[in-house]
Amino acid sequence: MHPIPSGTRDVLPDEMRELRALSDALRGVFETYGYGEVYTPAIEYDLGGIRIGGDAGVYRLFDDHGAVLQLRSDMTVPIARVAATRYAGVEPPLRFSSFAHVYRGVRPHRGHMREFLQAGCELIGSPAPDGTVEALTVLCRALDATGLRDYRVGLGDASIYPSLMEAVGVQESRRPELLDHLVGRNFVGLEHAADGLDPLLVEVPQRRGGPEVLDGLPGAEGLRQVHASLEPEVAARVIFDLGLVRDLEYYTGAVFEVYDASIGTPIGGGGRYDELMGQLGRPMPAVGFAVGIDVLHEALTAEERPG
Amino acid sequence: MSPTDGLVIAVPRGALMRESLDLLDTLGLDTSEVRSNDRKLLFEEVGIVTMRPSDVPTYVEAGAADIGITGKDVLTEQADREVYELLDLGYGRCVMVLATRAGKDPIAEALRRLGVVRVATKYYKTAQLFFEATGRQAEIVEVKGSVELAPLTGLVEAIVDLTATGTTLRENDLVVREELFVSTARLIANPVAHKLKAAAIDDVLGRLRAA
Repeated sequence: MHPIPSGTRDVLPDEMRELRALSDALRGVFETYGYGEVYTPAIEYDLGGIRIGGDAGVYRLFDDHGAVLQLRSDMTVPIARVAATRYAGVEPPLRFSSFAHVYRGVRPHRGHMREFLQAGCELIGSPAPDGTVEALTVLCRALDATGLRDYRVGLGDASIYPSLMEAVGVQESRRPELLDHLVGRNFVGLEHAADGLDPLLVEVPQRRGGPEVLDGLPGAEGLRQVHASLEPEVAARVIFDLGLVRDLEYYTGAVFEVYDASIGTPIGGGGRYDELMGQLGRPMPAVGFAVGIDVLHEALTAEERPG
Repeated sequence: MSPTDGLVIAVPRGALMRESLDLLDTLGLDTSEVRSNDRKLLFEEVGIVTMRPSDVPTYVEAGAADIGITGKDVLTEQADREVYELLDLGYGRCVMVLATRAGKDPIAEALRRLGVVRVATKYYKTAQLFFEATGRQAEIVEVKGSVELAPLTGLVEAIVDLTATGTTLRENDLVVREELFVSTARLIANPVAHKLKAAAIDDVLGRLRAA
């Protein structure tokens, strides 16, 4: 027996042909919209403690000088680094795409691998709402090109809940607990933690549906603007989701996730990260998304099945 | 369409089953076949699948069931499952406890003289987190069967286990030393179903809250 690490896998020719065709379909759309493909190293230095890829563990190792290296856990931070250094003198907006394996220290189980292939786009130097509209458009056109039929894009805003807590006067000290429950998808815990506070704190993050869920909500102007500028075919894919949180410290504005009815795991996601470029020394607004090739492939396969 | 709009519901077998089915009756689901046939697992016509409670988060996380009912003890032990916890259903009340043999507290004695206390449990992560959080060193021994046996045979000094009435503990001459948390039945949902079947899930949620 020659085992391979759990959460990794071999891909054999029949599957590889399908995965390659899928990547090619996505790449064609990315190129059409001007997103040139880049490749960055799989190992990088720790970029000043910027948390990448959410809460999932990052693999770290030492090189022979004792410097800490990390395996990339997403492509957003490496591409932001490229934009801040290699394109330092270039007028924004900058558009990049990537197809790269990323590594996360998760407990391997269905839909959660330690190594997986992501396809993504980053639009750097284009503020909301226009940049967000472009990212959502490229995302949907690319998914259309793969032949995926029944997908929806959940759209939320990482700033909505913090501004809601501000608006209804939640004490600073109580905010982290509320956010923890929200990130943990625990509405029972949220209800307990918000006991005696404004009921909107429990009600708002459970709102999801058409643009009507934004009615009367302070801080939802940004989402309304995005929705108003989307082409009809793209807008038809959008479900507003005011409880959507991906990584509140990382994303600053619009956040989104891709769902398909045929599969229980999100296919991809993204959002605005307007502060990240500043941390790398070149302040600019930015937005991006990534799609998991394997899970997209699984969704396409599931859509083909009758019933 | 069924009264739950085609949702697939994971129902726990065992202690939570009867009250879970009673609750689903109030939604207008016909659970009579589920009650009468305890070998069948999948009841397609009413959208019910039955399984042991600790499997419910597995099925719901993967989307094999849209929503499910399981205990907070299970959710605490499987905290990294990506599911929404939507509602405290209130029934199936149990307490997660730290228990030892009656008499002088063997935990304090072990910690003082050996620096570490040995604890048997079916809830490995729950016990580990509890001792970490309370700053005590513990060696957690995972057992599958009757946990009560472990301190009686000298395998461990203490157990972490779920108790409803305390009868089994008493019959084995064990006493509760500390309470970790209260567990009740919870309604959970798959994250994708929570978006794509929002209306159906909110409808169920609203009716269960009113029940």
